[in-house]
Amino acid sequence: MRKFYTLLAREVRGYFHSPIAYIVLIFFLIVSGIDFYFQVSFMNQRQVPYTIQEAFFNSVFFWFAFVLIFPLITMRLFAEEFKLGTIEPLTTAPVRDWQIVLAKFFGALVFYLVLWIPTLAYFWIFFKITNQPAAHSAGAYFGSYLMLLLLGMFYLSIGCLTSVLTRNQIIAAIISFCAITLLFFLGLVQFILLDVTSTTRDLLGYFSAIEHMGTFSRGVIDTRPIVLYLSMTALMLTLTYQAFQSRKWRL
Amino acid sequence: MIKVENLTKRYAGQTAIRDLSFEVNRGEIMGFLGPNGAGKTTTMRILAGFMPPTSGRATVAGFDVFSQSLQARAHLGYMPENVPLYSDMRVNEYLEYRAALKGVPHRRIGERVGDVKELCGLKDVERKLIAALSKGYRQRVGLADALLAEPDLLILDEPTIGLDPNQIRQVRELIRNLGKRHTILLSTHILPEVEMTCTRVIIIHKGRIEACDTPENLLGKIRQAGGVVLEAKVGNDDAAEQLRKIPAIREVVTDGEDDWKRFSLRVESGVDVREEIFRLAVDRRWTVRELTQRRGTLEDVFVELTHPDAV
Repeated sequence: MRKFYTLLAREVRGYFHSPIAYIVLIFFLIVSGIDFYFQVSFMNQRQVPYTIQEAFFNSVFFWFAFVLIFPLITMRLFAEEFKLGTIEPLTTAPVRDWQIVLAKFFGALVFYLVLWIPTLAYFWIFFKITNQPAAHSAGAYFGSYLMLLLLGMFYLSIGCLTSVLTRNQIIAAIISFCAITLLFFLGLVQFILLDVTSTTRDLLGYFSAIEHMGTFSRGVIDTRPIVLYLSMTALMLTLTYQAFQSRKWRL
Repeated sequence: MIKVENLTKRYAGQTAIRDLSFEVNRGEIMGFLGPNGAGKTTTMRILAGFMPPTSGRATVAGFDVFSQSLQARAHLGYMPENVPLYSDMRVNEYLEYRAALKGVPHRRIGERVGDVKELCGLKDVERKLIAALSKGYRQRVGLADALLAEPDLLILDEPTIGLDPNQIRQVRELIRNLGKRHTILLSTHILPEVEMTCTRVIIIHKGRIEACDTPENLLGKIRQAGGVVLEAKVGNDDAAEQLRKIPAIREVVTDGEDDWKRFSLRVESGVDVREEIFRLAVDRRWTVRELTQRRGTLEDVFVELTHPDAV
């Protein structure tokens, strides 16, 4: 366990030593700030049947920034180590492969969670200035941040897998971007294809991140998406582990 | 300490090493010698647990490098070729991280890191970013890393490559000192290094072991071991013809434009012909200004074994 923490600490530190981390942080702050600003100004103009917190987590801006950050966070994880050759001292140290894979995944997750910390301030500022609660209940905060965590885990695990498959960071980023976007739009298909049967539509609905976020950000905690995302994350990490081990017979 | 049996590694379309068998005993400094692409790095990578062999077996400290990889890796310190390092870390930070990764107990990390920095001369750069280090210092960080957990066995892949002569001397000295406490397997192209530091040498060529012996015995084996150089003023005499009459002399090569001629003689090994040459010179009234027995070097062994046509 101590070796895992050592690896994890190195991963997290690795993020904050690289300029990419700060570029992502700034990009994300700008986009989420604009998102919040527009939602507030929209609500100033007319009566809406939802809270600012719901609006924030369900806007186009939000989703645009959301799908873009994962490739940026995960592309370096394994690809960089392969490229620089640091994989050699890493894997010849007495550590297990799964410790390396999990440390990289959780390292990315820690960075991802750090990205979201400033957004808490938005709601607090909103409350201080308007004297109105940003959400109708505490459960809504809990639900939306829980969904962020679940979606984040799933998409980050996809990023881990694409990064372990290549030594080129750009290729890793492109593949994971395509995979995440495709998965994401799978949920949108039900809005586009109007003539699909209701069964197909329901089925697609089960995979729709937008729908899940809609439900959770209202404070409705549905166990089905929780199971879906946790099991998908486990699957992706298992594949990552297998792909990482395959270097032994591919070399 | 290391036991290798019939080790073979095939990459797609080519065989890097075939049927390698050798042993390294505790306390030995084993030199691993061979031209580029001979299979040195492949063998070392297999021993370090970086990749598995295609067939055959290797054990380190009694643990199979593949099926008991973790235990085997815990017993060795490995310094890969070209020393890949995290350039975004500082020297202290990197060594502390590696020590923790290798399972050095928490309260001993400071002490161990201090010791290896002292040993490898890293005190001056301990706060520097690895990205800012020169090649020589990077090499030393790699060596320090290999030493951190006080392993029984050190595997060093070209530890002196890219260093200047002073640094090479320092590293050589360091390795010789380390040999008192550790078993070492090191690879290199630099032959004098092997001659000076190693207790035994393996010469590997095209994935096969060509020779495995002590440097002294290897030297004894080579053809030119009994070479003699004669420099003399011989006048109009056909000295080469006269020299060839001495039975032990196999070949005479003549150099020199002016009066002074230089003869390089290849002699049967184990025979000292200098006395006979001296008598011949007296008889023929040659003026001799040099008569030396040339000691063969490992370089001769190396060239001869890996490239027989070159001699």
